Amino acid sequence: MKTSAGERAFGWLNALLMIGLCFITLYPFLYVLFASFSDATSFLQSSGLLFRPAGFDLGAYRAVFHNPMIMKGYGNTLIYVTLGTAINLVMTAIGAYVTSRSQLYFNKILMFLIVVTMVFQGGLIPSYLLVNELGMMNSMWALLVPVAINTFNLIIMRTAFQSVPVSLEESARLDGAGDWTILFRIVLPLSMPVVAVMILWYAVGHWNSYFAALVYLRDSEKYPLQLVLRDILIANNTDTMMAGSASDDKYAIGETIKYATIIVSTLPIICLYPFLQKYFVKGVLVGAVKG
Amino acid sequence: MPKSAGHPAAWRTIRTDLRRHWSIYMMAMPVIAYYAIFQYGPMYGLQIAFKDFQPTKGIGGSPWVGFEHFNHFFNGIYFWRLIKNTLLINAYDLLFGFPAPIVLALLLNEIRGRLFKRFVQTVSYLPHFISIVVVAGMMADFLSRAGLVNQILSSFGMTPVDFLKEAGWFRFLFVSSGIWQSVGWGSIIYLAAITTIDSTLYEAARIDGAGRWKQTLHVTLPGIMPTIAILFILQMGHMMTVGSEKVLLLYNPLTYSTADVISTYVYRKGVLEASYSFTAAVGLFNSVVSLILIVAANSLSRRLGDNKLW
Repeated sequence: MKTSAGERAFGWLNALLMIGLCFITLYPFLYVLFASFSDATSFLQSSGLLFRPAGFDLGAYRAVFHNPMIMKGYGNTLIYVTLGTAINLVMTAIGAYVTSRSQLYFNKILMFLIVVTMVFQGGLIPSYLLVNELGMMNSMWALLVPVAINTFNLIIMRTAFQSVPVSLEESARLDGAGDWTILFRIVLPLSMPVVAVMILWYAVGHWNSYFAALVYLRDSEKYPLQLVLRDILIANNTDTMMAGSASDDKYAIGETIKYATIIVSTLPIICLYPFLQKYFVKGVLVGAVKG
Repeated sequence: MPKSAGHPAAWRTIRTDLRRHWSIYMMAMPVIAYYAIFQYGPMYGLQIAFKDFQPTKGIGGSPWVGFEHFNHFFNGIYFWRLIKNTLLINAYDLLFGFPAPIVLALLLNEIRGRLFKRFVQTVSYLPHFISIVVVAGMMADFLSRAGLVNQILSSFGMTPVDFLKEAGWFRFLFVSSGIWQSVGWGSIIYLAAITTIDSTLYEAARIDGAGRWKQTLHVTLPGIMPTIAILFILQMGHMMTVGSEKVLLLYNPLTYSTADVISTYVYRKGVLEASYSFTAAVGLFNSVVSLILIVAANSLSRRLGDNKLW
C-alpha cells in the first residue's frame, strides 16, 4: 500500500507525541524514585530534572522502615484490604446470585431497589450519623461494612452469572445441592474471569482509599497507610518521623523521606500492575457492555 | 411484579414463591440488610435536612423546621461561589478532559508497531491505579515554591510561583492532573469501539481514494460516535458533582475562592463543624439536582437511540 509523504510525516510525529506522553506519565515516578535514593544534602543542592540519584544514600528508606507510623499503617492497610475484599466478594456474589434468579417473585422489585441507590444516595452526613449511631465510629468496620457492595460491580457480576448454563444448576439440584453449593461450587468458579476483576477492583479500591478513614477514624493507631501518607505528604508532617533518626541533617532527610514513602507505598501496585493489566482492561470492557 | 397486593390470587402466588424459594430468600438476607441499613438508612436520615437535629433526641425525635436550612444555604454568602466552582471545574473537564481520551484513542489507532502501541497503552493506564493521596502529594511537592517546577522555571529566569497557594491556578491544576491520571484509562473504551468497526468500510474508503486522515474522519470517528454520545451524556449527568477526595487534598484557605465545591463544603461544615442538619440540606439539594440531571441525560440518550445508560 502506498503512503504519502504527509502520512509518513504524521506517523513520525504521532510516534514522537506518544513518546512524549509516556515521558510525562512516567517521569514523575522516576523523579521520585531517583530522589528517594539520593543523598539528602546533595539532593537539596541539586536543581531541575533528575536522571539519576543525586549521590546515593539509603537513609530515607532506613527512616521509613524504622518509622512506627508507616509500618503500622502498612499493616493496617493489609488487614483492611484483605478483610474488606473478602466481605465485598462474598456480599457481591450473594447479591448477584440472588438477583440473577429470574424465577423469584420479588426479583424485579429487589433489583429496582438496588439500582435506585446508584442514582440517589443519602450522602455524607446521614451516612456519618448512621455509622455513629451503629457504634462503628473509630472502628475499622466503618471502613469495610458501609462499602460492602458496590452496586455497579454487583450488576457486572449478575450479568456474568446469568450466562452460566441453567442445565448445570438443574443437574446439581437433582444431586441435592442447595443454593450455597450452587453459588460457590458451580456459578462462582465458572465466572472466574469476572471474579478476578472484582477482586482486583475492590482490593485496589481499599488500598487507595483514605476518605472514609479520615471521616471515621480518630486514633492514629488505626490509620491506613494512605492517611499516614496524607499527613506526611500533604500536611508536611515529617517531624514525627524524625523522632527515630539521630542525624543532625534532619531537615534534609525530611525531604528525601517523602519520596521514599511514596515509593514504598506505591511499589506493590506498580509491581503487580503489568501482570494484572489485562484483567483490569477486561473489567472495563465487561462493565462497558452493561454501562 | 404484583398487580395489586390485596388480591387473593397475588397473595397465593407470593406464598407459593416464598415456600418454594425460602432458602434463597434466606441467602439474600445479608444483602437485603446491607441495602436497607447502609443505602436506605441514610435516605431515611435525610429528613434531618428539614429538622433541627439534636443528637440527644435522635433523627425521629428532633423538631421540624421546614425549609429553613435550605433558605439559609440559598441566601448564604457561599452559595453562588460553590455552584460556580462546581460547575466551572466540570465545564473545564468537559471541554478538555472529555475529548482527551478520544484523541488518544485515535492516535493510538494510527500506530503501526504492535509492541510500541502496547507499551504506550500500558504506560498510559498506570496513573489510574495510583492513589489520589500520592498524586496530590507529588503535586504538592513538585509545585511548591522550592519544588521541581519552580526550579525549572527559575532556570529560565522566571519568578517562582507558589502554584497551590494561588487561587487562579487551582482549576487548571485540578483538571490537568485529572487528565494526566485518566486519559489512558478513558481511551480503553474508545479503542474497544474502534475494533468493532467493520473493516470493509475501510477497504471501501481506500478504494475511493481516502487517505488515513480521511479514513479517520469519515470511518473511524462516525464509527465511535455512539460511544462518544453516551459518555458525553453520562458526563453531563455529573455536572453538579465534584468529589471531595481530591479537592480536600489540594485546596487550602488561600484557594477556597476557586477550589471550594459543594462536597468539600459539606465535609467542612458537617463533619468538622458538626452542623448536621444544615449540611444534610446542602447534600440533599445537590443529590436532587444530580438526580434530575442523570434522569434527563438517560431519557435523552434513550431518545437518541437504544443506547440507554441502565
